[in-house]
Amino acid sequence: MDKVRRGADKRRAMASLHFLANPARFRRFSVRVVPALALATVLTLVVGLYFALIESPPDYQQGQTVRIMFLHVPSAWLSMAGYALLGALGAALLVWRHPLAALMARAAAPVGACFALVCLLTGSLWGRPMWGTYWVWDARLTSMLLLFFLYLGHIALSHAYDDPERGDRAAAILALIGVVNLPIIKFSVDWWNTLHQPASVARLGGPTIHPAILVPLLWMAVAFLLLFVLLVLLRTETEIDRRRLEAADQLA
Amino acid sequence: MIPKRKRLWLLLGSLAVLGVAVALVLSALNDNLVFFYSPSQVAEKHVAPERRFRLGGLVEAGSVKKNGQEVRFIVTDTHQSVPVVYRGLLPDLFREGQGVVAEGALGPDGVFVAREVLAKHDENYMPPEVAKAIKEAGQWREKR
Repeated sequence: MDKVRRGADKRRAMASLHFLANPARFRRFSVRVVPALALATVLTLVVGLYFALIESPPDYQQGQTVRIMFLHVPSAWLSMAGYALLGALGAALLVWRHPLAALMARAAAPVGACFALVCLLTGSLWGRPMWGTYWVWDARLTSMLLLFFLYLGHIALSHAYDDPERGDRAAAILALIGVVNLPIIKFSVDWWNTLHQPASVARLGGPTIHPAILVPLLWMAVAFLLLFVLLVLLRTETEIDRRRLEAADQLA
Repeated sequence: MIPKRKRLWLLLGSLAVLGVAVALVLSALNDNLVFFYSPSQVAEKHVAPERRFRLGGLVEAGSVKKNGQEVRFIVTDTHQSVPVVYRGLLPDLFREGQGVVAEGALGPDGVFVAREVLAKHDENYMPPEVAKAIKEAGQWREKR
């Protein structure tokens, strides 16, 4: 009985995924979701920034500089989540030939690249006062820079062919290869000794950040997540429109 | 045209092969991927004098001696320790009992002559009052 119901649930879940795989239907869904999502993003960002910049205390060692974390860490998380999304979309395109996957990958790559860049720049500005250097070639920093270049490679490859579908497929292969870098970024601080300190939040034994600093960080992380989804949805709508116009052009 | 199921297995298979290949390369390069050597590794490897490398560990409590521009301190990993001499500005977080990474080379007298000193902080973040309360309660433990 239970098994039957679970099978039905699974089929329904798959059906809803297939439902959104159709670009036209996805576009209608996205247009309906975007206003509420935009409102939620702004509200969370306001609350998060208030906690991060005003309410949260300075750190016992780093003083006010610790506030850079509220930009640095969420953008690092989102840049990695964004690349995981590119990998999943790459698989959806190459294996299941989902028509929406390629469009969404084109929409998501520049957004992820921006988050990676914010992570690198804020990290550099944080490193100078705390470590005494803007940049070192340790395993964490280098693998994060590689992630940024993988994003740039994805953008370049998807525009490298006259036939956009060939570009989509080449970029999807790069996205899947680059996924190998994600665990390297995450565990670089455990596998090798690095100047970058080990993980503070996603670690065995729980976070090592006091709740007064951790809660603002999580608010900012949720705000960045909503912002990421919002930007990807908007850009995907634009990609759908662009493909349609191009198709209409070819017919005319 | 390859069927869907086969494409999926092909993809998973190639990702697994790629993963293993990258893991092998990384483990082969392990020695070059570390950012610094600990005093124990330095003692074990018998690094030649004048060969440049990075030395990392904790600044031993009570070992920092400033003499004008020149700073002398001891870097330790609690098993082995290396005396260090450095001329120049130290980062704000440079403190006794804190992590540090120094770049330079061993002199003939076994003293590490640093050209650059970087501070390494740990993964703990807390307000100053909390840190004070923990220290006063005697629950503070220095890590690594």
